[in-house]
Amino acid sequence: MSTPIVELKAVGKHFRAADGSARAVLQGVDFTLREGEIVALLGQSGSGKSTMLRIMAGLIQADEGQVLYRGMPLYGTARGIRMVFQSFALFPWLTVQKNVELGLEAQGMPAEERARRAEKVIDLIGLSGFEGALPRELSGGMRQRVGIARALVMEPEVLLMDEAFSALDVLTGERLREEILELWQSGQIPTKAILVVSHNIEEAVMMADRVLIFASDPGRVRAELPISLSQPRKAESAEVRQLIDKVYELMTASSGRRGSGGGLISEREVKLQLGDRLPQADIAHMEGILETLAEEPFNGRADLPKIAEETELTDAELLEVLNALILLGFAYLTNGDILLTELGARYVKSEERQEMFGKQLLEHVPLIAYICHGLEQDKSGDLPEDLFLKLLRFTLSEDEAERALRMAIEWGRYGDLFEYNFNTGVIQRSEEDEQEAD
Amino acid sequence: MNKKRQFFPRQVVEAGGNRWDWALLPIVLAVFVLMAYGSQQMARPYELGQTLPMTLDPSYLPYYLLRTTLRMFIAMGASVIFSCVFAALTTKYRVAEKVMVPMLDILQSIPILGFLSITVTAFIALFPGNLLGVECAAIFAIFTSQAWNMAFSAYQGFRSVPAELSEAAQVFQLSGWQRFWRLELPFAMPGLLWNMMMSMSGGWFFVVASEAIMVSNQTIKLPGMGSYIALAIEQSDLGAIGWAIFAMLIAVLLYDQLFFRPLLAWADKFRFEETGGDTAQSSWLLTWLRRTERTQQIVAWFAHQLERSIAVFRLSHDGTSIRARKDQPSLVPQRVWDAVIAAVVFYALWSLVHFIRTEVGWSEVGHVVLLGVYTMLRVVLLLALAALIWVPVGIWIGMNPRWASRTQAVAQFLAAFPANLVFPVAVIIIVRYHLNPDIWLSPLMILGTQWYLLFNVIAGASTIPTELRHAAKNFGLTGWLKWRRYLLPAIFPSFVTGAITASGGSWNAAIVAEFVSWGPTTLKAHGIGSYIQEMTVAGDFPRIALGIGIMCIFVMGFNHFVWRRLYTMAESRLHF
Repeated sequence: MSTPIVELKAVGKHFRAADGSARAVLQGVDFTLREGEIVALLGQSGSGKSTMLRIMAGLIQADEGQVLYRGMPLYGTARGIRMVFQSFALFPWLTVQKNVELGLEAQGMPAEERARRAEKVIDLIGLSGFEGALPRELSGGMRQRVGIARALVMEPEVLLMDEAFSALDVLTGERLREEILELWQSGQIPTKAILVVSHNIEEAVMMADRVLIFASDPGRVRAELPISLSQPRKAESAEVRQLIDKVYELMTASSGRRGSGGGLISEREVKLQLGDRLPQADIAHMEGILETLAEEPFNGRADLPKIAEETELTDAELLEVLNALILLGFAYLTNGDILLTELGARYVKSEERQEMFGKQLLEHVPLIAYICHGLEQDKSGDLPEDLFLKLLRFTLSEDEAERALRMAIEWGRYGDLFEYNFNTGVIQRSEEDEQEAD
Repeated sequence: MNKKRQFFPRQVVEAGGNRWDWALLPIVLAVFVLMAYGSQQMARPYELGQTLPMTLDPSYLPYYLLRTTLRMFIAMGASVIFSCVFAALTTKYRVAEKVMVPMLDILQSIPILGFLSITVTAFIALFPGNLLGVECAAIFAIFTSQAWNMAFSAYQGFRSVPAELSEAAQVFQLSGWQRFWRLELPFAMPGLLWNMMMSMSGGWFFVVASEAIMVSNQTIKLPGMGSYIALAIEQSDLGAIGWAIFAMLIAVLLYDQLFFRPLLAWADKFRFEETGGDTAQSSWLLTWLRRTERTQQIVAWFAHQLERSIAVFRLSHDGTSIRARKDQPSLVPQRVWDAVIAAVVFYALWSLVHFIRTEVGWSEVGHVVLLGVYTMLRVVLLLALAALIWVPVGIWIGMNPRWASRTQAVAQFLAAFPANLVFPVAVIIIVRYHLNPDIWLSPLMILGTQWYLLFNVIAGASTIPTELRHAAKNFGLTGWLKWRRYLLPAIFPSFVTGAITASGGSWNAAIVAEFVSWGPTTLKAHGIGSYIQEMTVAGDFPRIALGIGIMCIFVMGFNHFVWRRLYTMAESRLHF
C-alpha cells in the first residue's frame, strides 16, 4: 500500500435547519487518498460530494471526525492541495500570466522566478502565446486551461477537480481530460494524487483508479469500485462499457430506502416523505424519455448508458429525470436497465396526459398532496408559498427547500392541480379543482 | 547600429521616451504646476477676522476654478480611501458591520449642510494662524456630500464577490491585504467609479454652500467658484453668473475628458460579466497614455511598489498550522454587543423624545412632517412629469443607434453640471411675472437630476434585444398596446435605476431649490428643504437637527417602501 496523503476519518458536516436542529449533509465518511492514484467521486446532486471536496481543500471545516493531511490535522487551505473550479474562477481583470502567477505571488515569490515558473507551466498546458490575454478573450476550454495551469504551477501534491470539465462542451472536455491524463502518466507534473468530482460517469471511469459513489440524505459513501484497467483507456472498449454499466447500476439500484440492489423494484417501494427533496426533473425531459423508451429500438426497456447517449442529457440530469419517473410510477429499474411500467406505456399514448400526471402527483408526492389539501381546506383557496417554504426548511437547507417547492409548483401546474402567481408568491386552487371540490 | 548604442551611458540611450511622451509632457507639467500653485495658496497664513479678497472680475475665474477643483479632488481622494476602509472593515468584521452600515444608511440621507457649522471650529483650531483650517472645513463639507454613496457601493461590491472567486482566493492562500488588492477592490471598482462620478456632480451642487463658511458670526468666503457665485448672487450680477456658468461648462468638460473618461476606459477590464449591452468606454487620453514609455514607467513603478507590499503582507502559516484553525464563534460576545447596540439605540430614542419635548415641541414636529409631505409631493409629481417627457424621448433616441451614443454623452454631461447655477435666472423670471414660488420653484429640484432618468432610459432602450423588436413588429403591436406590453416593460429596470438616482438627488436638491436668493430678494417655497435652509441661516441648531432628522426619515421610508420594491420587481420579473 502506498503512503496516504489525505485522510478523512468519520467526517460529518451539518447545516442548521429552520428549527435550529442540525441536519447532516455528510455523515461518517471514511476515505484515504493515497499517492499515485486518481479517485473519482460520483453521486446525485445533493449527495455531499462537493462538500467533501471542499473539506479536503480546507475551504470548510468538518463538524465531526478528523481530516488529516500528511498526518497533521487540516484547519485551512494548504500549500500542497490546490483546486480547479467548475466555472474556472479566474480573476477577469488579471491577464493569463497574472492569473497563473496568483498563488506564487501570494507566497511572495520574486517576479523573475514567478515568471519563469509560470512560463514553464503555460508551455506545458498549451497556453503559450496567450500570456497577455484577459480571460474574457478566451474560449471556455482555454479558460479552464488557465485554471489548471494556475493550480499546477503551485506544484501541488494533491489536485482537486470540482466538475472541472462540466462547463465545457463534450469535445473540449474530453480533449482536456486526455491531456491531463497524459501529463499525469508521463510524470511531467509533481502531483501525487488527483481527486475528481464529476457527474459524468464515463469521465470518472476513463480517468480514475477508484470510483466512490455517494448516496444522498445524508451524504455518505455508498459504494467503492476499483478500476484496474490500464491507461490509456478506450471509451468504446467492452471493458469500459461494462464498467460504465456497472456504475449506473450502483448509482441507481441500491438506494438505502429502496431495499437492496438486484431484484425487481416495484414503484411502490419508493415512498417519499413530506419534507424530502424532490428530483429536479424537467417535465419535457420526463416525457421525452418516456417517449424514447416506448419507441423502437427500446420497446419499453433500455440500458442506462444507451438511453443517456440517445437523449444527450448529462448523467446528473438523466438520473434526476429517472428518479422522478420512478417516483411517479411511470418506470422502474432493474439490473441497471430502465423499464416502462404499464402506466407509463398508457401515459405515452394518452390524450389526457396532464390529468394523469396530476393524479400520479397526488398519489406519490406528499408535498403536492399536502399543498392541495391545504388549498381545499382554505376558504379563499389561496395560500402563500412562504408557508410551505417554512415547512420544508425544517428538513432541508434554504436552497434545497426553495428548489423542492419550485419543482412542486412546476409539476403541480402541469398536473393542473393548482395555479401560482409569481408576483405575489401565492398558490391558488385551479378553477377546475374548485368545481371538483363542490 | 544597435550594438553601438550600448557604449553610451544608459541615461542617454533611454532618456528619449517616444513621441507620445513628448506630446504629453506639456499637459503633465501644466497639471503639476497648477497643483503646486493651488496647494501653496491653500496653506497661507490667516487670522480669523481677516477678509479674503474676492472679485467678480472674470479674469480671476480660472484661479477660482483651480482652487475649487483642487478641493473637490482632495475630498474625492479622501472619499475613496474612506470607502475602501469602510468596505474592508464592514465585510471583515461582523461587529463593525452591525453598527457602521445602518449608520451610513442614515448619513447617506442626511443633507450635508448641517455638518458644516459644527466642524469648522474644530478644523480652525487644528491649524491656528493658517488658512488650512478653513480649507479643511470646506473640504470636509464636500467630502460629506461625496463619501456616503461611494462607501455604500464599495461595501456592496465587497459583499457580492462571487463565491467561487472567493474560494479560489482561499485555495491560493491570499492574505487579507492580497485579497483586497487582487479580488475585492477590482470587483467593486466599476460600481465605485460610477458613484464617484455621481458624487462629483453632487459635490459641485454644494460647493456654493461649503465655501462660504460661518464662524463666530462672520462669513469667511474662501476663494473659489462657490464664493464667486455666492458673491454674484449677493450683488445681483447676472453677467458674473453667466461667466460662472461658462467656466463651469469648461470645468465639467475638462474633468470629464481628463479624469473620468480615462478612468472609465481603464476600469473596463474590471467588468465582471461580459454583458454585451454595455458599450466599452473609450478615451483618447488613456490611449495616449498607454502609448507613452516614460509615463508607463512611472505607472509601472507604482504597480511594482504595490506588488512589493503584496509580497510583504502574505500569509505566514499553512492550513496544517494551529493558527489556521477557526474557533467556533462564541455567542456570548455577540449577544453582549447586540445588547450594547440596543441600549444605545434606546438611549438615543429616549433623548430624542426628551429633546423634542423640551426644545421644539410636538406641534413643531407635526408642522415639519407636513412640510416633508409637501416636498415629497413635489418630488413625486416632478418625477412623474419628467418621466412623461423623458421616457418617450429616451426610447426614441435609444432605438436610433446613430443618436443614442451621442445623446447619452450629452445627458451624462448635463447630469454632471451643477444646476443651481441657473437658479438666479429662475428667481428673476418668477419675480418679473409674479409667479407663485410654491409651484415655480419646484422644477429647480429636478433640473439637475432629470438627466439620470434620460440617459438610463436611453441605455435601456438601446439594449432591447433585436429579436424582441422584430417580434413586436411582426405581431403588429401599435398604439397603447405597444407601450403597455412591449416598450414600457422593456425599459422598466433601467427606468427604475435612473429614477432612484433622480429621486435621491431631488431630495438633496430640495434644500437648495426651495429657498433661493438673488440679491435682496429671497424666494421661498413651503417645504422641508426651505425649513432646513431657513433654520441654517438663523443658526437654530435644534430645528436644523429636527428638519434633517425628519427629512432623513422621509428619504429612508421612500427608499424602503417604494424604490426597493420596484427594484426587486424589476430584477426578478422584467429582465431579459
